[in-house]
Amino acid sequence: MTDHKPHRGPTRRTVLKGGVAAGAAPLAFQAAQAQDAPAAPNVQKRDVTLTVNGQDRALNIDTRASLLDTLRNDLELTGSKKGCDHGQCGACTVHVNGERVLSCLTLAATVEGKAITTIEGLADGDDALHPMQQAFVDNDAFQCGYCTPGQIMSAIACVREGHADTDAEIREYMSGNLCRCAAYPNIVAAVKQAAPKVGRA
Amino acid sequence: MRPFDYQRPARAAEAVQAASANSMYHAGGTTVVDLMKLDVWRPDRLIDISGLSDTSYDFVQRKDGRLRIGALTRMSSLADNAMIRSDYPLLSDSLWLAASPQLRNMARLGGNVLQRTRCPYYRDTGYDQCNRRNPGSGCAALDGGVTRNHAVLGVSDQCIATYQGDWAQALIALDANVELLGKDGPRAIRFADLHRLPGDNPAQENNLRTGDLITAFSIPDKTWKRSKYLKIRDRESYAYALASAAVALDMEGDTVRDVRIGLGGVATVPWRASEAEAALKGQTLDEASATRAAQIAFSRAQGTQENAFKIKLGRETLVRALLETAQMEG
Ligand SMILES: Cc1cc2nc3c(=O)[nH]c(=O)nc-3n(C[C@H](O)[C@H](O)[C@H](O)COP(=O)(O)OP(=O)(O)OC[C@H]3O[C@@H](n4cnc5c(N)ncnc54)[C@H](O)[C@@H]3O)c2cc1C
Ligand code: SF4
Ligand code: FES
Ligand code: FES
Repeated sequence: MTDHKPHRGPTRRTVLKGGVAAGAAPLAFQAAQAQDAPAAPNVQKRDVTLTVNGQDRALNIDTRASLLDTLRNDLELTGSKKGCDHGQCGACTVHVNGERVLSCLTLAATVEGKAITTIEGLADGDDALHPMQQAFVDNDAFQCGYCTPGQIMSAIACVREGHADTDAEIREYMSGNLCRCAAYPNIVAAVKQAAPKVGRA
Repeated sequence: MRPFDYQRPARAAEAVQAASANSMYHAGGTTVVDLMKLDVWRPDRLIDISGLSDTSYDFVQRKDGRLRIGALTRMSSLADNAMIRSDYPLLSDSLWLAASPQLRNMARLGGNVLQRTRCPYYRDTGYDQCNRRNPGSGCAALDGGVTRNHAVLGVSDQCIATYQGDWAQALIALDANVELLGKDGPRAIRFADLHRLPGDNPAQENNLRTGDLITAFSIPDKTWKRSKYLKIRDRESYAYALASAAVALDMEGDTVRDVRIGLGGVATVPWRASEAEAALKGQTLDEASATRAAQIAFSRAQGTQENAFKIKLGRETLVRALLETAQMEG
């Protein structure tokens, strides 16, 4: 198992990409489908009421819709950002029942009845930023700003969870939020500044 | 993502009844939604078990000599549990060192143990060669692929994908049971019998039957205060293990009365190093005996050119974990 022919280029991948959609289904699935399962289901819509930033929003959603896409496309709350769409970057972080989660890996249908808070729900009017938002401004804790809404939502939860006592702890418990501009030192400074005002849960 | 029928039952029995060969459970969704977006998984029904409420599936309980943990308990909640942190540090460490805080708030322990490999060829349907996803098609990793993150233990000529989960290493070390509710009612199996080696059929990843719902995990409730999970990775946080060791020690002075070892990042399934355990029992624990045990643990390891470094790294990780655990308060 030590010498394998190298084939690693993207060429192979591109060549294969086109014709494999059907071929890639596990055989077990195909067999089951042929025997006892009905034909593949149609798009399913579902009536849900989502409670976003304190407001009830009635929607008819595709059951496949992520919370992130629902917030951005249906509710026009574009503060939550799509970085990777696969749970890897943290740009889509929102709070569900007060806890930080990734809205890209959350199906909207699964959070019916729960309290969702997005970056838009933090400030108290136009003038009074949330202490964590203010701390990000005061500390220059961003450059392009794309990761910032996710960083701020995560930072508030980090403090409330009691994981903001030391720089090392802040770095560990903010590690699910990547920053392409590497504003990390300033983000740590902002979290430290805001921590006493945000307080533990 | 392909369309599916979404169901959100309130009772476990309804969930089991709704299950078919083509359905899938959704607990925290962090593996399911990811793989469905990638078109790797194509269930025609998604059964959301996160709202089950006929009884609690989110609990930690000590009863009749066993520690029981509900399958819908969040990773974050068990990691932060004060009793677990004091009596079973390895169960807590292996969780807070995994994934990210957001993912740990979402993911449930039942889903956690059934997370799938991160082999890039498994995750990318642009490669049709993957015996795990597409039985009989070959293995893009073994056929000249990039294999730095692949396994060195439990491999076959059909698949060398790493089981990347952390918590499972602690469970297998502590000889956990898995409580199931199936189409034929409740039953329990050993955690060690949940996952299957790839062998000549990597697509069959576990021994669950259609509809089997994990309801809880249970462990003989002998406290393991002297235990830890050591995870070595490419960056300090938020990364999968290159090599890891879950170690639990019961010491009489310097002598090992009992020891448990699980190895992560290096094997195709959750991996218990039983022979290394046997070699340590009754011995004085020092660098020499730990090194010998680590050699035994990896004696049958098989690397590729790119991942052979994991054999040495895995041994050193285990030695360090053993010696550090011995220093803990018993
Ligand atoms: C970016 C990223 C980084 C990660 N890093 C790590 C890491 O470092 N270490 C680590 O260990 N993990 C890591 N993970 C994996 C993560 O821990 C798992 O995705 C998670 O634990 C799965 O739990 P879930 O509840 O979300 O499962 P789901 O996605 O809901 O389900 C996973 C599987 O289990 C099945 N299932 C779920 N619950 C049950 C049940 N009760 N009975 C029967 N079947 C069930 C589902 O059908 C599915 O097949 C990472 C994930 C991501 C996305
Ligand atoms: S190592 Fe396993 S999962 Fe990866 S490509 Fe080969 S068969 Fe597929
Ligand atoms: S967009 Fe959700 S984690 Fe990257
Ligand atoms: S400020 Fe640009 S990604 Fe963080």
